[in-house]
Amino acid sequence: MLIETRPYKKIHFGISLGLTVFYSSAVVIIPLLGLFFHSLGIGVSGILEVFSDARILSALYLSFSVGIISALINLFVGFLFAWVLVRYNFPFKKLFDTLIDLPFTLPTAVAGIALTTIYSQKGIIGSFFDTWGIKIAYTPIGIVIALVFIGFPFVVRTVQPVIEELPKELEESARCLGATPFQTFYKVLLPELWPSLLAGTGMAFARGIGEYGSVVFISGNIPGKTEILPLLIVTKLEQYEYEKATSIALVMLLTSFVFMFLINLLQERASKKLS
Amino acid sequence: MKKTTYISRLKPTISAILCIFLSIGTLSSLAAESTFLHVSFDPTRELYEEINKSFLKQWKVKKGNEFAIQQSHGGSGKQARAVIDGLDADVVSLALSYDIDSISAKSGLIDANWQKKLPNNSVPYYSTIVFLVRKSNPKKIKDWDDIVKPGVSIITPNPKTSGGARWNYLAAYGYAKRKYKSDEKATDFVKALFKNTSVLDTGARGSTTTFVQRGIGDVLITWENEAKLSLDEEKRSGKDTLEVVYPSESIRAETPVAVVTKTATEKGNLEKATTYLEFLFTKEGQSIISKHFFRPIDPATAKASAKEFPNIKLFSLSDLGETWDSAQKKHFADAGVFDAIYKTQ
Repeated sequence: MLIETRPYKKIHFGISLGLTVFYSSAVVIIPLLGLFFHSLGIGVSGILEVFSDARILSALYLSFSVGIISALINLFVGFLFAWVLVRYNFPFKKLFDTLIDLPFTLPTAVAGIALTTIYSQKGIIGSFFDTWGIKIAYTPIGIVIALVFIGFPFVVRTVQPVIEELPKELEESARCLGATPFQTFYKVLLPELWPSLLAGTGMAFARGIGEYGSVVFISGNIPGKTEILPLLIVTKLEQYEYEKATSIALVMLLTSFVFMFLINLLQERASKKLS
Repeated sequence: MKKTTYISRLKPTISAILCIFLSIGTLSSLAAESTFLHVSFDPTRELYEEINKSFLKQWKVKKGNEFAIQQSHGGSGKQARAVIDGLDADVVSLALSYDIDSISAKSGLIDANWQKKLPNNSVPYYSTIVFLVRKSNPKKIKDWDDIVKPGVSIITPNPKTSGGARWNYLAAYGYAKRKYKSDEKATDFVKALFKNTSVLDTGARGSTTTFVQRGIGDVLITWENEAKLSLDEEKRSGKDTLEVVYPSESIRAETPVAVVTKTATEKGNLEKATTYLEFLFTKEGQSIISKHFFRPIDPATAKASAKEFPNIKLFSLSDLGETWDSAQKKHFADAGVFDAIYKTQ
């Protein structure tokens, strides 16, 4: 009986399902299977051998550590942006709101070139720090900056709607009942917010470890020091070693997937608790 | 309860099939539109724009018809890989014969004896590796020995990702090998060179940007034509901050061309492709080449443009007792000399 009272007919659902299945296989599943089969060519021992190389290990370490650091920075920066955008009114608010999406739409290479220009020793910001003996471009600090730039819209755009839906009464009643501002934030707001914060940070992290375009310009690409994993994939491809390239890609993909999966799990648990 | 009809259960399948046909339709119409495609490496963009204009004019006079030439530029290795993976190029012009050999070996689209099909081993122009330094040369860089001294900051692209960088590397290696007559000393020499390198961009153009626009480094190791192009651009914008330094000896960087025989035949472009590449070896082609700072192989054109190209001692890869295959294996492949350099640092 329930089906009949639904506002849409089942026939429409059929078409949508067909399209969804077709597109997700054409765009996601089939290419990923290709990736799997390509790297299976060298077998598990081959993949392990790829990752016994010191240079790849150091890139793995670098990619993940700058990924984590920049994701944590994004957590704070993104949350701050989202909070300010929802809770305060100021001139040109719409403009700032639109600017947030810019890192999504800007070609990452353009972002990389722009950031390198600003943060290199001769750049506007870079020259200032250079007088203090701090180098930004061509060091891991530069990579973190690039990743913060491309990652923070993820946090802002996932947290923003949640903050918008928080009833103001929630805070007001907390304050009325005598909670300090910190207690209100920690005990009342954070439990509602953290699933979305976690999701946004997770996406920023996953995007960060895979980011190529902006990072190759600012990192300096010195092997063992500032070489990231995606660059090594490109390096392997340039040597026509497709299997090694896809093995690195596969390991990155699996790590990202496990990470996103855990986050989704946590989120689901949190939303069950809340409802 | 409403019963789902047979046809509505089939709907997902029908829509999926429809989508497949639609996408195939779009793809094949795209393919039908493709014309004559020339796949080349980065620094030749301006050169081939002019070559194409001039060639098409000549073609129209001789054959009475017209066609369009599409150009694709990118890193040499990346371009070779695109052709192997199915980019339907009619002709290729790349930074190293190794890249064309790879296309031939891995895809069979180019005949194995491609180098014998055109004059001068299919090399219509060559270049060499020189230094670009800051105006008035503050670090007094005159030759290869000066750039490996401590305190000099070098900019060169990564030989793992850039064809030009492999020429840079082999120029330095070859200089040291010829001077010290020892492989070990030559390896130490490039080791010292990369110790002084602060940025390894992925391509030659990227390195030029790092050096010229960002002002990083004391010396840029680069193609002669790329260095001259930078000076040319500075002149046009009224700046004067750079200087080219010719080392005492450098490598003869030969950049070959080839018809992608299989693809060109399939597309019915074989005659066009062959005539097009032959045009590069004509007087007219050669003079356009020298105008774009590549060294022409025709003696008369070379003589006419001698002022542009200082006469420095050039050694070739075979002078070092290497072929691209052996050099690739020894220096740039995994666990080769280049990898070892960074392992010990």
